[in-house]
Amino acid sequence: MLSDGRFPAGGYAHSGGLEPTVAAGRVSNAAELEQFLVGRAETAGFVAAVFAAAACSMASRGETVALAGLEAELDARFPSSELRAVSRTLGRQLLRAMSTIHPHPYFSVLAAAPHQPMVMGIAAAAFGLDSRAAALAILHESVAGPAAAAAKLMPVDPFEVHAALARASARLDRLSEAAAAQAEAPVCDFPSLGSPLMDIAAEHHKRRSTRLFAS
Amino acid sequence: MHDTPAKSKERALRIGIAGPVGTGKSSVIAALCRGLSTEFSLGVITNDIYTDEDARFLRSEGVLPGERIRAVETGACPHTAIRDDVTMNLIAIEDLERDFAPLDIVLVESGGDNLTATFSPALVDAQMFVLDVAGGGDVARKGGPGIARADLLVVNKIDLAEHVDVDVDQMVADAENARDGGPVLALSRKRPETVGHLCDWVRQLHRAYIGGTHTAIDPGPMAPHSHPHPHTTDH
Ligand SMILES: Nc1nc2c(ncn2[C@@H]2O[C@H](COP(=O)(O)OP(=O)(O)OP(=O)(O)O)[C@@H](O)[C@H]2O)c(=O)[nH]1
Ligand SMILES: [Mg+2]
Repeated sequence: MLSDGRFPAGGYAHSGGLEPTVAAGRVSNAAELEQFLVGRAETAGFVAAVFAAAACSMASRGETVALAGLEAELDARFPSSELRAVSRTLGRQLLRAMSTIHPHPYFSVLAAAPHQPMVMGIAAAAFGLDSRAAALAILHESVAGPAAAAAKLMPVDPFEVHAALARASARLDRLSEAAAAQAEAPVCDFPSLGSPLMDIAAEHHKRRSTRLFAS
Repeated sequence: MHDTPAKSKERALRIGIAGPVGTGKSSVIAALCRGLSTEFSLGVITNDIYTDEDARFLRSEGVLPGERIRAVETGACPHTAIRDDVTMNLIAIEDLERDFAPLDIVLVESGGDNLTATFSPALVDAQMFVLDVAGGGDVARKGGPGIARADLLVVNKIDLAEHVDVDVDQMVADAENARDGGPVLALSRKRPETVGHLCDWVRQLHRAYIGGTHTAIDPGPMAPHSHPHPHTTDH
C-alpha cells in the first residue's frame, strides 16, 4: 500500500528525474528506460532504502534521538538542493496523508517536512513491518514512479515498461536485503551513492518554464 | 508542527472552480478577487498542467497581492489533484491559511480538464463549474457531474453568444433542466451586473458557511459510461 503509485500522497506529480533525462535525449527507448530504472534503484533508491530501513528499526525500538540524527545524515547525501527539497516535499505529503490514514505517535518525532525515506520507514514501523519491508517499499516506489511517468514522456509500450519492472523485482529484493543489513551499521557509514547527471538534471528541470512533472 | 486536518469553521471557506479548458476559470477568480477583496481576506490556489501560467495571469491582473496566489504542479493529472489525491492541494491551502491567517475564502482553480472533473469534498466546501457559450449551446444538455450537481453552474462569455449562434436563454434553461433547477448564472465580464450576481452568490455562500447552514455536496465521480448496445451479463 505504501509504495502503490495511487497512494494519495502526491507522488504522481513526480517523474523521479525521468522528464529532464528524456528532455536531454539520454533516454529515448524501452531499453534505455530500463537502464535508467536500474540506475535509479542502485543509487538514489538504495540510499533511500537504507535510510528507510534504519528509520523503521529505530522507530520500532523507540530510539527517537537517533531518528533525528538520521535526518541530518540524509540531508548531506543530496548534492542537489532541488532533490533535497523534493525529498522533503514528498515526505511532508506522505506524513500529511498518514495523519488521516494511519495516525501513530512515532510520527511526532519528525520535523514538519521530513525526508520521504524517514516517513516511509516510520510508516512501515507503524504498520508493524520490518526494516526489509520498509526498504523494499521505497525501492519499489523509486522505480514505479518514473515507470508510470514514462507513458506520458516518451513513446513506449506500457507492457514493455511493466516487463522491465518485472525483471527488476529480483534486483529490488536483493537491494532491500542489503539495505536492511547496512541499516544496522553506524549511521555515518551509510552509503552515499552519487548520480551526478541526475543532480544536474534536477537543477535544470527546476528552471524550465514548461514541464509536465514537478521533478 | 505537523500538517493536520483543520477543523471547519476555524478555517477559510474553500471554493473550487472547475470546467473545461479556456472557459474562463481564471477570469472568474479575477472577477471575484476584484469584487470581494475589500470585504474578505482572500487566497488563491491554481492547478497547472505545463506551467504556472494561471498563477502568473492572476498576479499580473493585480487583483490580489502576488504572495496570496500560489500554484500547485499536478504532474499532467489535473483531475487526480482535485479528486483522487488531494494532498498537494490540501497542503497548499493549509499553508495559505496559516501564512495569511485569518483568511475568509480560498479559491481553488482546477487545471482545465473535461466535463467529468469535479472537486472532492475532502478538498473544498463548495464548487462552481464554468462553461462558456463558445463551447456550443448544447454542452449544458450533455450533463456530467459538474454540470448537473456543482453548487453553481456558470455560463460564461455571454457577450460572444451572437457570434457563435447560441441562444443564451435556451442554454440557461437547458442547464437548469439538467440541474433539476439548481442555480445557473449567465456571466460576461463585459456586463457588470452579471459579475455582481456572481459576487452576491459567493457572499451568500459565505454567510451560510459562517452560520453553519451550508452543507457540502459532492457532485459525485465521473458518470458511468452508457453503452449503445444491450449487455447480456451484469457487470
Ligand atoms: N469575450 C469574453 N471573453 C472572456 C470572458 N471571460 C474570459 N474570457 C477570455 O477567455 C479566455 C480564457 O479565459 P481564462 O480565464 O484564462 O480561462 P480558463 O478557464 O482559466 O483557462 P485554462 O486555465 O487555460 O483552462 C481568455 O482569453 C479570456 O480573456 C468573457 O466574459 N467574455
Ligand atoms: Mg485558468
